[in-house]
Amino acid sequence: MQFDSISAFFAMGGYGFYVWLSYGVSALLLVLLVINSKLRNKTIKKHIAQKQKREQKLRQAAKQQAQDTTKNIDQSSEKTHQDSDAKEVLS
Amino acid sequence: MWKWLHPYANPEVTYHFTGKLIPWFKYLSLALLSVGLVWALAFAPADYQQGDSFRIFYIHVPAASLSMGIYFGMAIAAFSSLVWQLKLADASAAAMAPVGAVFTAIALFTGAAWGKPMWGTWWVWDARLTSELILLFLYLGVIALHNAFEDKNLAGKAAGILTLVGVINLPIIKYSVEWWNTLHQGSTVSKLGKPSMSLDMLWPFLFTFFGFAFLVAVIVCIRFRTEILARNSMRPWVKSLVLAESK
Repeated sequence: MQFDSISAFFAMGGYGFYVWLSYGVSALLLVLLVINSKLRNKTIKKHIAQKQKREQKLRQAAKQQAQDTTKNIDQSSEKTHQDSDAKEVLS
Repeated sequence: MWKWLHPYANPEVTYHFTGKLIPWFKYLSLALLSVGLVWALAFAPADYQQGDSFRIFYIHVPAASLSMGIYFGMAIAAFSSLVWQLKLADASAAAMAPVGAVFTAIALFTGAAWGKPMWGTWWVWDARLTSELILLFLYLGVIALHNAFEDKNLAGKAAGILTLVGVINLPIIKYSVEWWNTLHQGSTVSKLGKPSMSLDMLWPFLFTFFGFAFLVAVIVCIRFRTEILARNSMRPWVKSLVLAESK
């Protein structure tokens, strides 16, 4: 240990302000960088997951629509058959 | 060697490999930094001329040499991306730029805080300080270019060219203290040959230097994996990985 007391340690032989400023700002910048890196990782993952869920929903909706339209076509074609039957009976 | 390296051009393999590396780097960095910083602050001797202000050295010099080392790594990545069209090299260059910028800022700031009590001024426009400031602007330019284009291949190309042009700045920073008269002192730790500092100052320096180096490795790995995910978001392996984690 180079220092006799805690206060001498913080004083750094008169250079305390500059030494602690350097160490403090460096630590702050590094902590901010680490937090930013982790946050970016999380948000990218979230974005990809959200996009995927949206795509799944869209795909499901498209499927549903396709089923509905085919049903409609079937129904309408049945109707025309019935109409033509009716016409035949009338004539 | 190419056979051995080949699988690492596959983003999925690299993603999982770097994921396994992160904890090792993290604990090494934590151990080295906690020992090194306590040693540097409390146990290393004060300099006979500069007194306790010399303790800034243990952050300033590692940060400055890493700021140049990261730039060199980024230049190698940019070169291999431009020549061999390695997409992962682009991702790694984009991951390194912000880390290098922060270490350059730390080197500049601690240099200023060391210069004030030793030289009587926070800043002078001399060769070493100015060229290091230019390094910061190069990093900021590279980051800006990576974010400027929606098309990541185009962005990588533009940023890569700027990176390679900026390599000329590295020898200027390194030798500026020898080529020009400057306030900045000459190098204390010569890498080849005998270091000109006493061992009880050199040891804590080596601890903090490698501690910061492994910290760089951790952060670059995290950012690199983020870049891989962002650039491969349409691949099935990314989709299943992200969905599995979000549940």
